[in-house]
This record gives sequence, structure tokens and C-alpha cells, in this order.
Amino acid sequence: MKKIHSIDFRVLDPKTIRKMSAIEIKTPDTYDKDGYPMDGGLMDPHLGVINPGLRCKTCGQKMKDCPGHFGSIEFVRPVLHPEFSKKLELIMQSTCQECGRLNLPDDKLKMYESKLEKGDLEVPTKIVRKAKTAKECEHCKAPKEKILLDKPTNFFLGKERIYPTEIREWIEKIPEMDLKLLGYDLEITKPEWFITSVLPVPPITVRPSITLESGVKSEDDLTHKLVDIIRVNLRLNDNIDAGAPQLIIEDLWDLLQYHVTTYYNNNTAGVPPAKHRSGRALRTLVQRLKGKKGRFRHNLTGKRVNFAARSTVSPDSFISINEIGIPQDIANDLTLPEPITEATIDAIKKKIKETDEIQYVARPNGQRRKITDETRDLILEEIEPGFKIERSLQNGDIVLFNRQPSLHRLSMMAHKVRIMDGKTLRINPVVCKPYNADFDGDEMNIHVPQTEEGKSEAQELMYVQNNVISPRYGAPVVVLEEDGVSGVYILTLDSTEFSKDEAMKYFYEMGIKELPKPDKGKNYSGKLIFSQMLPDDLNLEYTSNTCKVLKKTGVCTSACKGDKCPYGAYVKIKDGVLETGVIDSSSLGEAKGILIDTLARQYSSDVIEKFYNMVNRVVSDLLTKKGMTAGLDEYEMSDKIKKASESSIENALKEGTKLVKKYENKTLDIIPGKTLQESFEIGMMRLSAETKEEIEKMIMSEKVQKVLGKNPELNTTVMILSGSRGSSTNLMNIAGFWGQASVREGRPKRGFKNRLITLNEKDDVGLITGGFINQNFMDGMKGKEYFYHSMGGRQGEVDTGVSTKVSGYLYRRLANSLKDLFVETDRTVRTASKNLVQYSYGEDGIFPMKSIKGKSMNVKKSIEKDL
Amino acid sequence: MAFDVKEHFLVPRHSLLDSDSVEQIISELGIDKSKLPKIPKGDPAIKEFKPKKGDIVKINRYSPTAGKTTYYRIVD
Ligand SMILES: [Mg+2]
Ligand SMILES: [Zn+2]
Ligand SMILES: [Zn+2]
Ligand SMILES: [Zn+2]
Repeated sequence: MKKIHSIDFRVLDPKTIRKMSAIEIKTPDTYDKDGYPMDGGLMDPHLGVINPGLRCKTCGQKMKDCPGHFGSIEFVRPVLHPEFSKKLELIMQSTCQECGRLNLPDDKLKMYESKLEKGDLEVPTKIVRKAKTAKECEHCKAPKEKILLDKPTNFFLGKERIYPTEIREWIEKIPEMDLKLLGYDLEITKPEWFITSVLPVPPITVRPSITLESGVKSEDDLTHKLVDIIRVNLRLNDNIDAGAPQLIIEDLWDLLQYHVTTYYNNNTAGVPPAKHRSGRALRTLVQRLKGKKGRFRHNLTGKRVNFAARSTVSPDSFISINEIGIPQDIANDLTLPEPITEATIDAIKKKIKETDEIQYVARPNGQRRKITDETRDLILEEIEPGFKIERSLQNGDIVLFNRQPSLHRLSMMAHKVRIMDGKTLRINPVVCKPYNADFDGDEMNIHVPQTEEGKSEAQELMYVQNNVISPRYGAPVVVLEEDGVSGVYILTLDSTEFSKDEAMKYFYEMGIKELPKPDKGKNYSGKLIFSQMLPDDLNLEYTSNTCKVLKKTGVCTSACKGDKCPYGAYVKIKDGVLETGVIDSSSLGEAKGILIDTLARQYSSDVIEKFYNMVNRVVSDLLTKKGMTAGLDEYEMSDKIKKASESSIENALKEGTKLVKKYENKTLDIIPGKTLQESFEIGMMRLSAETKEEIEKMIMSEKVQKVLGKNPELNTTVMILSGSRGSSTNLMNIAGFWGQASVREGRPKRGFKNRLITLNEKDDVGLITGGFINQNFMDGMKGKEYFYHSMGGRQGEVDTGVSTKVSGYLYRRLANSLKDLFVETDRTVRTASKNLVQYSYGEDGIFPMKSIKGKSMNVKKSIEKDL
Repeated sequence: MAFDVKEHFLVPRHSLLDSDSVEQIISELGIDKSKLPKIPKGDPAIKEFKPKKGDIVKINRYSPTAGKTTYYRIVD
């Protein structure tokens, strides 16, 4: 095979068109009444064959070997190529219609000539700009008339229409040097070729006719268009021969031009698109190539592949994180090649005899045969080592799994097949995060690597447990979410205990063979059970998410007491035993999970896999038994909070009125760099925020007691403390009050003239009239407040809509521009053509996936370790 | 009146390598000259050095990941 070195694009000249034409097409008819192609018609067998069995009349080859051959149509009168009329306009605007010279004095032309030689690419544009303005020819003094292009193909000289024949005469007059100055190299392109006198007719293979089931032949759109062109061309010829009046000839000429224009591009501006009999617009040359459904984006960049499947995904916490549940139907369809060897031949023969698992047998020469009841016995006799089989997917095969949009490398990971009942693909919920999948109907794709190289590459680089740490920010992405985190939190609460029977079940689920001693009298603590999942040499100490929430909501105000923390919020793992602290999102969560990070980094990848498997099993059982409930009574506040809430709102209103007074009297303290009004707005926002914070803290401290006590209530607060979902703000909005509605970081101000809604007095800038909501979701909002709330809600909705759209496209542009950069063996970053981009990857040479949150090492930790 | 781009805080320090260090750098990098990133002769940051085609410009710049880095461009 020859290698393509380069491609350049030129305009096809009439000589070449005639030379490559196998036959001149003269008849508009395609088939005769017997259904045979007409000689000299558009389906003439000189143009190639599309029926198997027939031979090409030009090259004598059969369908598979004949590449197809071009024909040609000779026009009686030339027409313009519509895509080049702009070029012709520029040429005619800057040249003289009498002598064909550029409308510039000789000395100027000399000057441009030398500039062009120096490689100034702007010369043609500059010349056209200058020459356009001339009133008369600099060379023959003929007056210059204005050239006007009535798009796409009608030219006027002054008020007179000029026809392609005249245009061609004009263009042919222009001397070579002048054309060179206009940017034309006559060796490559002569502008007179923009006027078509002979049209290439594409081979039949480009526009095959289709025989419908009813036996009716249906022609390709291009053929239809070519028929139109030939018909009009013939009519024009007849009329000229018969000496018809000029007017009729010009009309037909225009009609021929119309058909040629739409043959090239049926979406040309200013031309009604040519329609099929059914009213559908024809798909002509440009339409075939252009846009999403065009040849490039649809067929060349977007190819479909074999060995792939797609289905809805659903969760299954009982399969391993690197497994994928595949329905039997899919497994039967996907195949994997396997060689027949001395060692396997007997087993394979047995399988062929007894099952349908093996679907094809391939001889060493590549010839494949399907195994059916008829062929089975024959194949059994024939096969020997050296043959290959193609068998259905089995448990343990490696497949690639993918969810679109594939924004990062974790959107495609390798999984181990596990054939299951049902019709959906099953995944462990732990991999939802990297795929960004949920189970509201998401569909995902499987691809089956066919070669040994492919399989082992997938296993080394793409296996889930090898991708727990994100290559983007160097922290965990394969993480427990929501229920998983809440479950582990409940399991490791100080108060969680299990009887021997309950504990045994968990030990069994985890596959623990040596039973630990009970640590709570006869009972086992949740922490002890959790410790069984950890490797024996694990040592960690850090503060939990609970600690952060408690600090933030003001429940815990003292300095950290370490492992003596009264709230059990300090995690201490010693020799694989969880001594104190509760395991929550700062141990398990995305991008922070310290425990997951350590397990994934310091141990072999099956440790993290096993850990997740054990957690999933224990937690699903625990959650079904203990239960996590969000009852309405949870949001019923105590009288103490209700009173405090009322009085603090009252207080805020009073403060608000004071602020308004100060603002109106202009006695308000102005914040440096702000105007009086801005200072006032900030003051009002701050006032409502402070009021809200105060109540939020009160609610949280009451709620926290119920979880951290002896008999914990397992509800929303568990989610807040563990960081699995929601925050104290959400709780506040449900049970406390909403506070200030905000639009663009401030109080909403657009609406009616000088007021937010018509229920308010004009010019009232007070707290309530400015969008303060003193009600909550539990009791419900009143009318006014509902509208305030909607103002803020609208902004959120618009923001998410706009930012997903904008950032998605931005990301695509960035990813496409960087996609074929790679790190060379000398550690420099190169483009596909080996041009250097960076002297060291990322300038620091750090591989983010092996980094610790982007840094090559954690200095603090390393020092601690050495001490 | 003329604005000196080199004074601007976003413009890193550019300097021209002498022919000895050019040879040394090229052999250290072990890379074909034509594959190096380019800089035009008329770039405002190096204009005053009157660079010739094939000269190598050393750029010391601040990097958010590595602190300080050096980058080399070939004059085109
Ligand atoms: Mg979804
Ligand atoms: Zn042929
Ligand atoms: Zn003239
Ligand atoms: Zn604490």
C-alpha cells in the first residue's frame, strides 16, 4: 500500500474532466422499459457496476474490483460554478472589461510585484481594494462600470446583465502577471475554469439506485439532479438550433444555472432549494459532506464499533467494585476469540458438543464458520490446534465500561464480567462518582477487548481498583456516597453495639475466620466490627467531618482535645483498630477521604477492593436493621427554639428599622470604598445572616445531642454530621426560617418601580419588604415570601442551565486541543508530530494520579513518620 | 511614552543564550532544533537583543506548580 504524503486541493480543469470521463452522458433517461440501463444514460454501465455478477464496460472488472468511473455532460452554454462566483466578482471588479488589465498604474503594479516576491500574502487583498475604486482603465482609458453580483450567480455590468460566455471572454483576456498579483498560479488554477462548460458525472457507486421491496426502482438524489441538468441542457440545445428568440434561450440558460447551482449546494442563499416529488428537499453534494449528519462528522469521525453493548444501569452492592453484572442476553451476543491448543482442544470439543457457548470456529487462514446444529458434527471433526474459536462472554472476562459524556479517563474503566439475571447492567454504587452515573434511567456501554494485549492493558491501566485516586487532583474518586457514608457513620458511633448473634452475621459477611473478643461485656461495638475491615498495620489520626460541623455550628467551642474528644469526633486508628472517633466523609468522602486515600496508596489494590466489598455488605444489612428515617416530627422544634426564633426575628426587624432610619438620615457608617447605599445593603444582608446563624446554631446543638447520646435518633442529623448529604443550612430552612432571599449576592432589587412586588409600599427599603423571609418550609411560606423565595430560586435555575452549557463546550474545546499530547521517554511533553510543548510535564514533572493532592509528597506526614 | 512590556509583571525575564550555551543546551536536551517551541524575531520581549534566526531564548518564569522554571524558545 502507498502512503499518502500530502493532499492539495485544486480546481478541476475541463481538459482533465474530459480525459477522465468514461462516456459522455447525453440522455436524460436512466433505464429503458425493460429495466436495462440506457446507453449514454446516467446509469450506463461504463460508469461502473453495482450489481454483483455484472462486469464494468470500462475496466471489465466485477463489482468488488471496479472503482467506478466518471462520465461527463457537455453544456451547450457555460454556467458559473456557484461556489466561485465571489472570486469572479473580485476579479472583475479589479480588472478592465476592455483590455483585461488590473485597474492600477504600471508603477503601482511593479511595486506590488516586488512585495509579492517577498512573500507578502496580503498583496491580492490590497490590490483588489485599490483597483475597485478606479473610474477608468489605467491602461486603455476605457470607462469602468460597476460590477454587481446578484447572489449567487447573476452578474450585472452597470445595469446590463452579463452572461457566463461574456465573463469567460473577459477573464481569458487578463494577462498572466495580473492574475498572479491577484493570487492565482496559472500552473494550478485558471480562473476561467470557474465557468463550467463540462460537468463531471460521478460514478454509479456514488449514487446507487435502490430497488424497493415492491420492485420499484428509486434513484439517488444526485441522479435526479443530473437528470434535470441533462434535460434542460437538451432543451436549450434544441431551442438554439431552432433559432428560438433570445428571451427564451436566456430563460433556459438561467434554468440550467439553477440546476447546476442546486446540484452543488441545495442550500445556496437566495435560491429556492430543489424539492423531491414528495416535497422533501434534495440532498446534493454540499449536504452530503456538511454538518453533523455529513460525511465527516457522521461517517469518518463517528464510527460504530463491533463487540459493544448498551443497556440501562442499576445498582448492586453485593458485587465487587470491579465487577459488572451483565445480562445473559448480552453475554450471548458478545464474543471473545480464543486459540485452540493441545491443552484446550478436548475441553473445547466437549463445549461445542454440549453447549452453545462457542459460536464460531475460524481456520488458521481466517475463514469463519458459525456453529449450528447442521455444522456441529463437521466442525467437531475438522478442528485441531491452530484453529480459533469465538466464544460467548463468561464470568471473569475483562470488559471496558463507559458512560457518556466521557469527560475524563475514569469515564471508561475496566471491569470483570459477572453474568446475572435481568436485563440491566449492574454496577457497585461506589463507581457512580467517577462515571457520574445515577439510576434514574442512565444507560452505559460495554466494549470487549479482543486481543491479549488489549485485555492486559485494560487490566493494568483501567481496572477500577487501580483508579481509586483521581488523576486530576490526586485524591479519591471511587468513593461511597450518601447511604454508604451514613451507614459507616452509624456503625462507628460510640453508642453502636451488637449482640453476639448480630456480630456473627457481620463477621460471616466479611469472611472473618478468627473471631475477635467482645469489647462491650458480652456485646461487640460497631467500632470493633469496622476494625475487622482494616489492615493490621494501619495507623492514622485526624479530625472527622463531625468535628468540623460541630465547630462550624458552634456546638463545640473548646480547643481540640484529640482522642479525648467528648463528641467522639477525633479518629484514631492504631494497628488496624479504630480506637476512637467516628468514620464519616472525611474518612470516606470524595477528594478528602483520608482512610480511602491511605488504603489505596499504601496497600496493594486488592485491599481497597476488599474493604469496599466488606463495607457494602455490612452497611446494607445495618441500614435495613437500624433504619434511617426522616420523620416530620424531626422538624418540629422545641418551644425554647420557637421562642428564641420569634424574639430574634423581632429583634432583627427592630435593628432593620434602625438601619433604615440611619440610611434615610444619611447617618449610617459608610464602609470604606462603598457608597452609602451599598453600605446600607451590606448592613441589611449582614443583619439577616447573623440572625439566621444564631438560630441555626441553636437548632443544631439540640439536634446533635439526639445523635451523639446513648440511644441515638438516626435521622437527617446523621447525614449532616457524617457529611453524606445536606448541611445545617438545609435543616435551618426546613425547621427555622429561610432568611434573606438573595439574587446575585445581594437583596433582590429588580421587579416593579421602587419596590419588589406590588404588595409593598413604594420606596420601602425595610427588611421584610426587601425580601426577608421569616418563615420555613415546615410551616410553609405566605404569599409575599413565596415570591421573594422564587426570585432567588430563579437565579439558581438559570445559573445551572447557563454554566453547564458554557463549561461543557469550554471543556470540549480544551480537551480536543490537548488530546494528542503525550509524555516522551525523555519526560518532555510533545505534540503528535513530536514538537516540544513542555520541558517537564506540568513544569514540575509530577504525575497527578500518584501525587498527594497535587504535591509530590506530604512533608508534614513524612516528618511525623520519621520522628 | 513608549510602553516597555518587559516592565510588566506578567512578562517573564527573557535572555539570549550565547552560541556556546546554545550547543550545550541542545546536547543536554538531546532534541532536534526544529522541534523546539518558537518565538518570532520581532517579539517585543526580545526585540532589543536583535536576535537572529536559530538563536535560543531562555525564559525564566514563575510556575504555579514548580515555583521557578526555565523554558527555551528558538528564534524563528
Ligand atoms: Mg441520570
Ligand atoms: Zn470499471
Ligand atoms: Zn483597459
Ligand atoms: Zn473536636
